Amino acid sequence: MKNMKKMNKMTRDNLITYLMVFVLFLVMQILVSSGNVSSLLQGLLVPLCAYIILAVSLNLTVGILGELSLGHAGFMCVGAFTSAFFSKCMVNTIPIAGVRYFLALLIGAAAAGICGILVGIPVLRLKGDYLAIVTLAFGEIIKNIMNILFIGRDSAGFHFSTTDARALGLLEDGEIIINGPQGITGTPKDSTFAVGVILIFVTLFIVLNLIHSRSGRAIMSIRDNRIAAESVGINITKYKLMAFSVSAALAGVAGVIYAHNLANLMAQPKNFGYNMSIMILVFVVLGGIGNIRGSVIAAIILTLLPELLRGLNDYRMLIYAVVFIAMMLFNWSPKAIAWREKYAAKLKRGKKKEV
Amino acid sequence: MALLEVNNLGISFGGLRAVNEFHLKIEKGCLYGLIGPNGAGKTTVFNLLTGVYKPDEGVILLDGEKMIGKKTIEINKAGIARTFQNIRLFNDLSVKDNVKVGLHNHFKYSALEGIFRLPKYFKMEKAMDERAMELLSVFDLDKEADTLASNLPYGKQRKLEITRALATEPKLLLLDEPAAGMNPNETQELMETIRLIRDKFDMTILLIEHDMKLVSGICEELTVLNFGEVLAEGKASDVLNNPEVIKAYIGE
Repeated sequence: MKNMKKMNKMTRDNLITYLMVFVLFLVMQILVSSGNVSSLLQGLLVPLCAYIILAVSLNLTVGILGELSLGHAGFMCVGAFTSAFFSKCMVNTIPIAGVRYFLALLIGAAAAGICGILVGIPVLRLKGDYLAIVTLAFGEIIKNIMNILFIGRDSAGFHFSTTDARALGLLEDGEIIINGPQGITGTPKDSTFAVGVILIFVTLFIVLNLIHSRSGRAIMSIRDNRIAAESVGINITKYKLMAFSVSAALAGVAGVIYAHNLANLMAQPKNFGYNMSIMILVFVVLGGIGNIRGSVIAAIILTLLPELLRGLNDYRMLIYAVVFIAMMLFNWSPKAIAWREKYAAKLKRGKKKEV
Repeated sequence: MALLEVNNLGISFGGLRAVNEFHLKIEKGCLYGLIGPNGAGKTTVFNLLTGVYKPDEGVILLDGEKMIGKKTIEINKAGIARTFQNIRLFNDLSVKDNVKVGLHNHFKYSALEGIFRLPKYFKMEKAMDERAMELLSVFDLDKEADTLASNLPYGKQRKLEITRALATEPKLLLLDEPAAGMNPNETQELMETIRLIRDKFDMTILLIEHDMKLVSGICEELTVLNFGEVLAEGKASDVLNNPEVIKAYIGE
């Protein structure tokens, strides 16, 4: 405890976040191994890891950089498809799952990051909400491209088409890798809950350390006052791009986890469309804009809640909505904030008395 | 050679000639005042000096180096820092972090060194912390180092903005109406602060001000701006007694 006090607030806050994820992981593992978790809920664990990473990475754009992105699912989609493409091609060449998965992660993150830079370069130079509009379009475009893209491979090399699988003109030994609307089938299922949690830690490590560094301060200064930041010599475009591309790359990582958990990866509105982007934004807003730990908590609650409430049948979505509103009030209403602060102060005083 | 030399500076917004044939010469270490009635173009001059606006014509030399055509951040790196008429702090950052943003270009380490917490990160952050606290203690803000900037009282917010500007290690400090909204006591304190900055940091200061008590109290030289043109310039006492200046301020 003495050491805890010596540490500054920032380090302690970060440690609490890491610890929270670790404890949740242990609890889930114990529940799973003791057979107390339904198979449906078990199936949700890996996507949950992806959603947490998405929420944390979007919070970097929305809460720390202060720009609105409505196409985060698009970056996830890029990461998912590039990495699944890679893994499917390499499944025989690189038989060790760990190495293949690691490379897939790097490729997925890099592809999404590059897309982030390409979108960001023109848009982040502008003042105003243009990023929201452009990312919204980007998400839809990526999803639709994935639905018309056909890629096959045979002894002569790769074949591309945007019409149908027959137009690829594959030789007899060829196989279709991306089959348009049917997506990628047979990606090795390398994602596990443990790997997902490790990647959550990596994401938290990157985001939290970035925020609490020279670059993070520069990013937050742009959010707080762009004109003042410029006047003290902060390179606005550079730091906006940095934050946005890191955010996009981490969304790509989430895509990799997501893709390697599915036997059949398809770009549907439900998983990579506008709704998904809004869902991630809801995690961020409900968890508290700029509050990384809040994003993690909100993603967990809102992903697991519909499953946990399944027993309530028809009332499920009703309760879900009520929880939504309750969380919103708890996080944002001035009275609730005042109450929380009072309670926290009381707790602190209580602890001091004990000592 | 003068530290700042401005000649024939002019800018138009549409049909409005906001600044016309403006000239200014500030020697090193001088406390220089830029005054004039509302709408005379004072803040526009500041925005021209810091590269927020591009002038239509004219020359700006800082230590003999051309400033025209440079971006705001390059001008800051060259040595001009400013504060704003309506305070612009980084409200959701702590007082210390506000100053540390000001130190951004003097204590460098890369984003990767920051993410992976390499030794340089710790070394630089420590140096930044020390420098920031040193600056804050000059302005009696060191006790509030961990407060959010938006929670500071108004007078201290002004001081913090000046501290942040000084953290960029400028040659020339521009203060845009530092006494705006202050009561006489706070203004008195501010005058002392400005003198302290000049003496302690060996700073050259150009300030815009409406408060004549402050202007006559601390400014050594003045330029009076009216309708975008220089109406009078020279020693403060001479300028303030100039009948033309009195006419521009009070009317006939």
